[in-house]
Formats: sequence, structure tokens, C-alpha cells
Amino acid sequence: MSCREVRELIHGYADGELDLVRNLEMERHFRECAACASDYERLRGLRAAMSGSLPYYQPPAGLERRLHARLRAEPGTEPRVREFAMRWQWAAIAAALVLTAAGVWRVARMSSRPDSAEILANEAVSSHVRSLMAAHLTDVASSDRHTVKPWFNGKLDFSPAVGDFPSQGFTLAGGRLDYLDGRPVAALVYQRRQHIINLFVWPAPDHPDSEILATDRQGYHVLHWTKVHMNYWAVSDLNARELREFAELVRKTV
Amino acid sequence: MAEKAELVEFEQAVLPHLGAAYNLARWLTGNDHDAEDLVQESYLRALKFFSGFRGGNSRPWLLTIVRNTCYTWLRRNRMEDLTAELDEDMHAVDFATSNPEAVLLAAARRDLVQRALEDLSPVLREIVILREMEGMSYKEIAEVTAVPIGTVMSRLARARARLEELLADANPTGARA
Repeated sequence: MSCREVRELIHGYADGELDLVRNLEMERHFRECAACASDYERLRGLRAAMSGSLPYYQPPAGLERRLHARLRAEPGTEPRVREFAMRWQWAAIAAALVLTAAGVWRVARMSSRPDSAEILANEAVSSHVRSLMAAHLTDVASSDRHTVKPWFNGKLDFSPAVGDFPSQGFTLAGGRLDYLDGRPVAALVYQRRQHIINLFVWPAPDHPDSEILATDRQGYHVLHWTKVHMNYWAVSDLNARELREFAELVRKTV
Repeated sequence: MAEKAELVEFEQAVLPHLGAAYNLARWLTGNDHDAEDLVQESYLRALKFFSGFRGGNSRPWLLTIVRNTCYTWLRRNRMEDLTAELDEDMHAVDFATSNPEAVLLAAARRDLVQRALEDLSPVLREIVILREMEGMSYKEIAEVTAVPIGTVMSRLARARARLEELLADANPTGARA
């Protein structure tokens, strides 16, 4: 091994990063070459000085405790969730713009303003997504409609009918106040297996009863109907057939 | 909400390396206050990325995040330090000095050794910290600093040669010239 090679490998040797054969060659060279041996001694000296002199800074007292508390205070996944929800909102807005431009909207005929139902569908889906993401599915968590219905008293200027359909496989999970169409609305939350259904309800004074109309948004099914001067919007990732089954139940019952 | 079990698992994996995280941040920032802030920020970021951690040695994984967080801070606050020696990676450096006696004298002084390391650019300083203080292998250092192993070796050579130079120039008998 030449002195040049030794100089190239000297740090690898000092750090124990060379293979056995090269290690042996380095050692043989140091025995035969005083200059390289002296370089190596200096390197060892420098490393010894560093290990003896350099302070290893200790974390301040209480940092671990503060960190522990802060990690627990951190809603953890919430930053991701917020970004995610924001993306959905933008996606909803983008979708609304695109659809408005295209002028394609089947539910439009239910509304006096052609675009409002479309915008509403997007709002409803956004609210649905937000309710799942932001850990704020319900304000009142109860499967008892006699608990959920009175909860809305004094919070809304109307009293939503609250049905429960456990025997048909749609369980009431609770209710929450939401904001749609520029006003506070009742959001009733139902569960079917692992799927959540948000049923948004608010008054529609000038609207006649309607059939159930369907649309899709971002992979969610959206059903809308009007009955007894109330708007109903149901949103879920549940399959279209079962969601319609749910809508028929609500429509028939209330 | 973060799953409680995930948080416990996270803490078990990374809290034992709090000392290493703090030491690296302290050496890169040069002060306690920013070091603590950056360590806290690093842990919060680490929690966010924890699902991407595939097990194994959590120390290089954590120190990678600490290092990146510190570099973001350095770019904002110490840009001139970062640009100093980046272009010198290409050159091989021989470990040689014209004044071994001066080096020897200075190396006996803790404060001079410490100041020499503080005077290295962050890119060289971190290599020394990871190797000499954390005892990391070239492979682990390459992982933390996101460079090839060959670059780790050449940076380490440069850092040690530079430390010798600084020690040779230091005046062990009095204040620095």
C-alpha cells in the first residue's frame, strides 16, 4: 500500500470502517513508514482531545416533561386533517365552478335558482367530510331521538323531526348544529355498519314536496328531497342503494 | 386525535434519544434557547412522520429530522455559515500540519478545542458531532446528512484537517490572535 492510499484511507481506518484485509495492510504500512505512522498518531491525539474536551450538551431540566405534555396536547393527526379538509373544501369549490361553467345540473329544476342546488350539494358534502375529519361529528351524541330532538330547541328556529331506524339497520348516533345555505341547520348523524350518514335538515317554506334526487360528489352519494316545507340532504359514502333505502325511510316516516 | 397507543410507541422510540437530539441542535444553533425550540419542533414533526418510520434504529431517523429542522433555521438565520464551505466537498484533504507542537498544546485546552469545532461550518461540524460524539457509522451519518458515504468520509477528513489548522493557529498561552 502506498503512502497516498494510506492518506486516503486513514480516516476510514481510524473510524473502524475498513475491511479486515485493508486494516492489516494499513497496520503493516504504519510499521514500515514513520511519516504515515506519525500522521495516524496525530489523528488519534486529535480524536482523544475531542472526546475529552467537547461538551455533550444535556437537555435543560424539564424539557422531557414539557415535550411529553406538548405531544399530548398536540391533536396529533389534526394538522393533517385540517389540510385534508381544506383540500376537500377547495375541491368542492373547484367542482362547483366547473359544474357551473358546464351548466350541467339535474337537481337544478328543484330550485328557483339553477346553481343553488349544485352549490348546496357541494356544501353538504364539505360539511359531511368536515364532520368526519375534525373529530366533531356530533354535538349531542345519543341514539335516543328523545334526547337528540330537544337538544335542538333554542338552537334553531325550527324543530327537526328525528327518526331512528335500528331495526332497518340505520342507527341514530347523535346531532349537531351545522351551517348550510347561509343558515344554521340541523345535522342528524346516522350510522350503518362503519358508514356515517349526515342528514341535514332545514326549512324550505316555498318548496313543494319532491321526489328523491340523487347526485354524486367526490365519491359521496348525495340525496335530496323536500317534504312538508323542509329540505333534506343526506350525504354518505354508503352505497347508493342503501342510502336511498335510508332516504325512503326518512321520507316515509317524517 | 393521535392514537394513544401510537403516541406511547412514539415516545418509547424517540424520547431515549432526546439527549442526542438536543446536543445536535445545541451545536448547530450555538445557543440553548433555539436548541430547545428546534428540538420541540422536531419532535412534533417526528410524530407527524412516525407512521412512515419502518422500525429499526430510531436514532438516525430522529436525528435526520432534527438536522433538517436545524437547517431550515440555519438558512433563515445563519445563511453565511451554510454557504461557506459547500464548494470544498470536491477536494481531497490530507491530514497534515506544519506545526504539530502547536496543535498538541492547543488540543490540551478544552476551550480551544470547543471553539475550533464552533468555528467549523455547520456542514463539517455536524459530521464531527455525529462521528465523535454519537459514535455513528459512516452509513448512519450518510443517512442523517443525506449524502453518499464517500462524501461523509471526505467531509470528515476535511473537518479534522480544518480542526488541526484552527488549533495550530490558536494561541494556547493567551487570547486568540
